Amino acid sequence: MAEVALRRVVKMFEKTPAVRGIDLEIADKEFIVLVGPSGCGKSTTLRMIAGLEETTAGEIWIGGDLVNDVPPKDRDIAMVFQNYALYPHMTVFENMSFGLRLKRFPKSEIKARVEAAARILDITDLLDRRPKQLSGGQRQRVAMGRAIVRNPKVFLFDEPLSNLDAKLRVQMRTEIKKVHQKVMTTTVYVTHDQVEAMTLADRVVVMNQGRIDQIGTPHELYHAPKTKFVAGFIGSPAMNFVPATLEANAAALSVRLPNGIAFRVPEDRTERYRPFVGRPVLFGLRPEHITEPRGMLHPDQQVFDVALDVVEPMGMETMVYFVMDGAEVCGRVDPSSAREVGEKMRLVADLRHMHLIDPETEEVL
Amino acid sequence: MAELAAEAVRVPAGVRHTSLQKFMRRRSTIAFAMTLPLIVLIVALVIYPAFYSMYLATLNKSMQRFVGLGNFEFLFRRATFWMVVKQSCIFAISAVFFKALIGFFVAHFVHTIPTKGQRKWRGMLMVPWVIPTAISTIGWFWLFDPSYSAFNWLLGKFGVDPVPWLGHPLWARFSVILVNVWYGAPFFMIMYLAALKSVPEQLYEAAAIDGANWFQRLWYITLPMMRNIIAITVLFSLIVTFANFDIVRILTAGGPVDQTHVFATWAFLLGIQGNDIPLGAAVSLFMLPILGVSAIFILRGVRRRTIEA
Amino acid sequence: MTAVTAGELGGLKPARRGSIQKSRRQALFWSYVFLVIFAIFFLTPPIYMLVTSLKSSGEISAVTNPWWVYQPTLENYVELLTQNQFLVFFRNSVVVSVTVVAITMLISVPAAFALSRMKFWGSATLATGVFLTYLIPETLLFIPLFKIFAFLRDVTGIEFINHWWILIILYPTLSVPFCTWIMIGYFASIPKELDEAALIDGAGYIQMLTKIFIPVALPGIIAATIFAFTVSWANFLYPLAFTTSADQLVLPVGIVTTLIKGDVYNWGQIMAGSLLCAAPPLIVYAFLMDYYIAGLTAGATKG
Repeated sequence: MAEVALRRVVKMFEKTPAVRGIDLEIADKEFIVLVGPSGCGKSTTLRMIAGLEETTAGEIWIGGDLVNDVPPKDRDIAMVFQNYALYPHMTVFENMSFGLRLKRFPKSEIKARVEAAARILDITDLLDRRPKQLSGGQRQRVAMGRAIVRNPKVFLFDEPLSNLDAKLRVQMRTEIKKVHQKVMTTTVYVTHDQVEAMTLADRVVVMNQGRIDQIGTPHELYHAPKTKFVAGFIGSPAMNFVPATLEANAAALSVRLPNGIAFRVPEDRTERYRPFVGRPVLFGLRPEHITEPRGMLHPDQQVFDVALDVVEPMGMETMVYFVMDGAEVCGRVDPSSAREVGEKMRLVADLRHMHLIDPETEEVL
Repeated sequence: MAELAAEAVRVPAGVRHTSLQKFMRRRSTIAFAMTLPLIVLIVALVIYPAFYSMYLATLNKSMQRFVGLGNFEFLFRRATFWMVVKQSCIFAISAVFFKALIGFFVAHFVHTIPTKGQRKWRGMLMVPWVIPTAISTIGWFWLFDPSYSAFNWLLGKFGVDPVPWLGHPLWARFSVILVNVWYGAPFFMIMYLAALKSVPEQLYEAAAIDGANWFQRLWYITLPMMRNIIAITVLFSLIVTFANFDIVRILTAGGPVDQTHVFATWAFLLGIQGNDIPLGAAVSLFMLPILGVSAIFILRGVRRRTIEA
Repeated sequence: MTAVTAGELGGLKPARRGSIQKSRRQALFWSYVFLVIFAIFFLTPPIYMLVTSLKSSGEISAVTNPWWVYQPTLENYVELLTQNQFLVFFRNSVVVSVTVVAITMLISVPAAFALSRMKFWGSATLATGVFLTYLIPETLLFIPLFKIFAFLRDVTGIEFINHWWILIILYPTLSVPFCTWIMIGYFASIPKELDEAALIDGAGYIQMLTKIFIPVALPGIIAATIFAFTVSWANFLYPLAFTTSADQLVLPVGIVTTLIKGDVYNWGQIMAGSLLCAAPPLIVYAFLMDYYIAGLTAGATKG
């Protein structure tokens, strides 16, 4: 049981920086997910925590110890790899007990620990098989079992689900969550899939170009992204961005899109946005906040008309795409209200969920 | 945050990371210790002798006097030397050519038949490669025997006069090449077979749909796909064949009248049997140019494969 | 309408399939014809050797069909195997080959592991160097080596030449570079995550090699072992140059130099001895054909 801390951690590969100074405090028993596009430095960060990569600068603390100098085996961590990295010549039992056997644990304890872990993962009847005889999901479980058996201070997961098919991925996601709730070990989990991040994490760390853009609960990231990158990365389909200017008329503020549409800024935000009046901004709104009119309109919901370019029926909802000043915008409407391509449609923008972004700093205002 | 990062980047690297560094340094030491026997072996028994050979070639017969290029001058003035150069080239080039050709066709035939029979055929056709060359060459020697030749007995049944397989210079040259082809073709076959198996079946299906006939498929798909492996195998074989010793030594020992000598057998004759080590070394050094050229090309091919993979 | 189309198709399809089948059958037929021809070409010498080895010397010198045995006898084999000299050759060969295989694997496996996994200064150059060494033929090295060992005798007083054990020093130069090279290829194909998992599990480099790499790359180890064995079993030049006394010879040279006595050839015995010498590699090949071929093709296709 341990907390993990990264202090100004930097990693350079030759002369190119992969991680450009990261600060991160992970609480005991917490499930942290590092998420970001490929090349953002998330895997490198994880491998530095594991001790598989040296840090160029900065400190890594695990359970109150500075571990920069400690080789991987003495850091008391366990890691689950993307391709599972099961030893092909060993049975499941041997795979799971390899670390314990190297540490010369008594046979009875090895057996007890492996069996306990196997029960948690429901792989008790696979213990005599070899990795080749297992399905992808089973291999995944064994890889987790190998981690659990060692009862480490920290679990590290490096994109563990990306080799599974879509259906199995969802199932294993739940499985990982359950295991974490059972063993309650501090976990650092790396993925490029924001859905995995949102569903698994206590807190999500969004990384971009070697830096942390934002750390927060899934709820915070979704509702209060701090940068354009986070706003666009979290949520699917991605948030719509339309260039606009912020105008003041009397006490109220409004966002004017170049095509003439003006959206009135909700009253509780006027003070926040007032310093930016007259400046160009990016107007951001998620597709799920652009719908067909539903019942009574709230004062902060506003109607506008568009001509549809693309209509994608998804079953339970329909995605409608239209162009606003060169930017393609997506809305999610009820299938029964959707119109044909080329037709006009009346939509509602829920401005309680709007965001304004400074186009220069790309920070959310 | 950006400032912080910039500041952190400026922290001089690795001031405090002593023990992980020690770990890395120990890794290098272990790695070096693991390769040390290899390095010692290669340096002491391959690199050093190779250079020593060049030094030896500049000494006189009793190895007490430096004669510079005297040995080479002596060789260049001897007709036998030029004969050996010629014979080595004829021997290597024609043997490799026929090995490559036969290997290619046999591989094709094996590839054509149903998969479940391929193992059996491949197993049978590899036998010449598996038997130690010295041993199979004795077998050939017996087949060529002047008075009991089993080949001549067969030819006699068809009314053909006995052939002096090893007795006449031209026939002897033919015989040593034949034995070399017999021994080496299976190696080509096995390499080509592996290459043939790696050509995706879809390419042939696509070509068949495009209307390519048997020959066009061979010419436009099989050969280009196998180009690299053909090149590497040919170069390898060129080196080995050029440096061949066993077959010529046992079959003809260079005769009749030195007509079948190659560099290796002549160097053995002069250096070990004739006790003129410098002269033998000088002869064997003539294998170097072809070796160097082939090595450069092989290395290029090997590198390219590594990059592709 | 539909019926007509179906009928047309029905009429077309079998005809087409017939022509494809016909050309396939033809290709198959000619393939078999040529395979039989080449199999005869490839197998004639060993079969003829077998035939001869079963003949008495009387039958060999009689003018009968050389391709057939009229009175098969095992006397050649019996004579050889009861003859001390041949057994000495055999023992020398076995001792030399087994020792060389052990030395080769002890040198090349750790070296290949270090070269493929523990990057250190100059490791890439060294790997290329190993490959180049493999290309240097023994026919270039035997003369300087002969001189070097003569020189060593003058310095140390130990006689190296004309002792069978000198081959144990010499043969690794033939086997080690290639075995290292193919082991580098096999080790390189093991995913990097496997060593990282082992590192986290607490394995040191030696444990990583013995507990993970060697078992996982076992097919490669077998292929390399086979190669080292066949090379040291079959080499002819080094024993011919370095050993001369009858009790120091290994099989191939022993057969050539002692059974062939001047002009008196005892062909039945020579052939029997040859086949006995060819048997170990052939047996290894028969049982481990796939490993044998994998090692052969790995050399040029891998890495």
